[in-house]
Amino acid sequence: MSNYAVGLVIVLYLSMLFVLAYFAEKNKRSKWTNNPYVYTLSLAVYCTAWTYYGSVGIASSSGISFLAIYLGPVIALPLWIVLMKKVIRISKQHKISSIADFISMRYGNNRQLGALVTLTCLFAIIPYISLQLKAVSETFSLISGKVSYESSVFFDDSTFYIALLIAVFVAFYGTLSTDTSDHRKGIVATVALESILKLCFFLVIGIYITFYLFDGTSDIYNQASLQENFEQLTSFGGVENGFNWLFTICLSFFAIFLLPRQFHVAVVENDNESHLRKAIWLFPLYLLLFNVFVIFIAWAGNISLPETVNYDYYSLLLPLQENDYGLALMVFIGGFTTVISMIVVSTLSLSTMVSNNIVIPYGFIKTLVEGNPEENTKRIKNIRRIAVFLLIIIAYFFYIRFSAQLSLYSIGLISFLIIAQLAPSFFLGLTWRRGTARGAEMGILIGLAVVFYTLFLPIISKAAMPELDFDIEGFFGYAWLRPAHFFGLDYLTPESNAFFWSMSLNTIGFVGLSLRTKGNYRERNYAEMFVNHENYGNLQEGGFIWKGEAYVTDIKRLLSRFLGEQRTNRALRLFNKKYNISETEERADARLINFSEKLLTGSIGIASAKILLASVSKETPISLTEVLNILEESKETKANNKLLREKSEELAAMTQQLKAANEELLIQDKLKDEFLDTVAHELKTPITSIKAASEVLEDENMPPELRNRFLENINQDTDRLSTLIHNILDLEKLSGNRTELDIREYNMSDTVKKAIKGVEQIASKKEVKIKFSNKEKVFAFYDEDRILQVLTNLLSNSLKFTEPHNGRIKILLENLDNEVLVAIEDNGRGIPDEDRDYIFEKFYQSKNQNIKKPKGSGLGLAICKKIVESHKGAIIVDKNFNTGARMIFSIPKQQ
Amino acid sequence: MKQKKILIVDDEPNIVMSLEYAFKKKDFEVFIARDGTEALEISNKQKPDLILLDIMMPEMDGYETLKRVRENKDLAHTKVVFLSAKSKEKDVEKGLEMGADSYMTKPFSIKKVISDIEELLA
Repeated sequence: MSNYAVGLVIVLYLSMLFVLAYFAEKNKRSKWTNNPYVYTLSLAVYCTAWTYYGSVGIASSSGISFLAIYLGPVIALPLWIVLMKKVIRISKQHKISSIADFISMRYGNNRQLGALVTLTCLFAIIPYISLQLKAVSETFSLISGKVSYESSVFFDDSTFYIALLIAVFVAFYGTLSTDTSDHRKGIVATVALESILKLCFFLVIGIYITFYLFDGTSDIYNQASLQENFEQLTSFGGVENGFNWLFTICLSFFAIFLLPRQFHVAVVENDNESHLRKAIWLFPLYLLLFNVFVIFIAWAGNISLPETVNYDYYSLLLPLQENDYGLALMVFIGGFTTVISMIVVSTLSLSTMVSNNIVIPYGFIKTLVEGNPEENTKRIKNIRRIAVFLLIIIAYFFYIRFSAQLSLYSIGLISFLIIAQLAPSFFLGLTWRRGTARGAEMGILIGLAVVFYTLFLPIISKAAMPELDFDIEGFFGYAWLRPAHFFGLDYLTPESNAFFWSMSLNTIGFVGLSLRTKGNYRERNYAEMFVNHENYGNLQEGGFIWKGEAYVTDIKRLLSRFLGEQRTNRALRLFNKKYNISETEERADARLINFSEKLLTGSIGIASAKILLASVSKETPISLTEVLNILEESKETKANNKLLREKSEELAAMTQQLKAANEELLIQDKLKDEFLDTVAHELKTPITSIKAASEVLEDENMPPELRNRFLENINQDTDRLSTLIHNILDLEKLSGNRTELDIREYNMSDTVKKAIKGVEQIASKKEVKIKFSNKEKVFAFYDEDRILQVLTNLLSNSLKFTEPHNGRIKILLENLDNEVLVAIEDNGRGIPDEDRDYIFEKFYQSKNQNIKKPKGSGLGLAICKKIVESHKGAIIVDKNFNTGARMIFSIPKQQ
Repeated sequence: MKQKKILIVDDEPNIVMSLEYAFKKKDFEVFIARDGTEALEISNKQKPDLILLDIMMPEMDGYETLKRVRENKDLAHTKVVFLSAKSKEKDVEKGLEMGADSYMTKPFSIKKVISDIEELLA
């Protein structure tokens, strides 16, 4: 294939990723970008070209030891989940955006340590990136049939342009926002997709080789077993080899935490802790699938390909040998995919670290303080973009210079070894409070020095001065100083040797110096918060200890330089609201300092944020006991606050209930007052009448017939008084549910007839006709005296409101399934619409309470209603009856 | 001395009967109204010297009646006295505020009512 065609495929593929990243970024909140599968797949950025090509290489030359690098993560995953939870929580709380931030924060936000961690990562990752470039370059020349790069200058080299293209991609998408704690959904989504692609492509080529080129796994095994070195390739080796395995597993376990790209996808981009649960089985499964065919491809290559070819690229060479260009191109694209995702995520995290932990705190901070927000955003973006470009370019030159001497696998191991130097300060930092910044720095430096001496020196010397072979003779002729066999440990591979000595000396240096030195209060403050994270997890700004003097206006001015006026004001408003601080407060407290530090951290990194805040405040040191006391206090305050809040919520709820009850009581009270008022008034009227009449009767000259009339009046009013009192007591008795109903079975027809008989005399006097034609027997259970009372009352009302002579009253009795219905209708003046709803209330008076209701005790209908209701029945006014009044009541047949 | 005209407004016939007898005995010219509307009609015709007014009545209440009487220029010299069962302090205050010349509560002593009214008309 021509290299232009391959170049075109690469450009097409990259533009597809551009588009995907763009859309994922636009749909940040979508379910497609926020789910545990995308999260787990993005973790698979762990598998790089090293996995894709290098595993086959190592399997073909040294057998199954390639597995160790994947066993580490698989074995360690349960522990990984537990630690990750803690790391993610801490990182979220402190707006941490990289591994350098994390480690430097743990040791009191130490600027120097942050820079050192960043440098360590650079040392580790630049060779790693160059490994990726090497893979792309070599596979590119294989597939395009060209000789490799070495004959051409770099601007002739296609790898250089590929590297540039990748750099543009990262620079554009990775630096859209200056706040590094913002998530980059676009990048993560493309990485997840790439993880699927690379796995699928690798499985396809594995199946193709195993089942198409050969007759399955046993065929490959049989043919491979005929080869001379087969024994060695399938055994685990002895004790020495066991050590090598152990170290590699440890190494890969550290790498999965500490590699900047792993920290980035696992911690910084994590937006939901629960996603970890999916990763616990899905990620090992992914690694397993990736490794299923490695050994068979390696054996197949050993069988079919000449010994002179690079065994790293068997998966590409085998289809090429069969002239299957399509498949070969697929393998190439798969490899390119792994490279892209690794470089993108690595340079993204590294550029953030370089800008936040080195460039800004060590040089740019002054410029930034003087600039305005737009300029600053632009500057920060540019710093990161330049960093991305530089990283890739440096990696490119590293590759030109050294890659000839190194296989993919050994470059990968060197990276892992360097990054592992962060392990003591990282892991011990999470569990051991005593660790100090100086100890961490010392440990890392010692570790790096050992790695350099035992691994790099031999490589560099081999490249630069092949004649000086001190790997065999040792430094100055001392055999125990031989880099690859330090202290005479002869049976370890150079890498295991380097790992063993660097880690041991690193840990000793870290622990030793930590025990000898005492960190400042900041270190101890953060140590406490990281180690006992669960105690302070919910303290937020309150967990940070700071004592000193600072003014809100200074801090505000500082913040607006980076966030702009508007965002600053909004953030401070929210802050004041959250902690109930007055807007006019002039002094800044620890919480504001911490809050501002977090705000700034996103844009310029933790180290610079601290420097800037220190420039506008005067900090005074505090002792460790003070730190612990304050932490304890804020913990208690927090707990107390929570308790208080709960209590006050309870109180509020109770107050609400009391209020409601009180209102109910007030209404009841008012009703009672009104009732008493009305009762008093109703009682006063006959009393007044009696009193007046008796006074008039004192006149001895009054004619006898008039005297008799006054006496008759007194008699009437006395009756009225006693009826009234009787009714009031009756109603009270019914209201309190204190009445015992004497319930038996009666025939309602009989009861109605009894009621009619009771009023017959008055009716005939008034010449009002009462009609009741029902002869049917309707049996029901009720208290006959009470129902008689209801009927009599209703009949009396009808009699009262019908005209003499032509008044008509009709009683209807309806026998329903479960109830008895009685209607009493008349042709009187009827009940006004506006009064209908109220006539059953005691002493109901029309709208205007100074207007008297029609004559009567004012309690009759209220009593009727109570009686019917105590029989579980209902009484209503028939609204549809227009020619008089019709009252209907019903009671159930069974009580 | 000219006979004084008194209008008794109350919807309780028994009370009215006693009052009518007592006032006639004291040589008042007595008119009777059952409610506010009737009271205004009679007032317009008879121009009473004094109206003895109940408050709680059907149709038009005592307050409204008083208001209408006060609005009528022809009745400028008519005195109005409330005679009501509403005996709370605030009821009395309200009645006087509305322009009644006096406020008497039920139950009452007829002798006291008559002597107060005679004083008012003196």
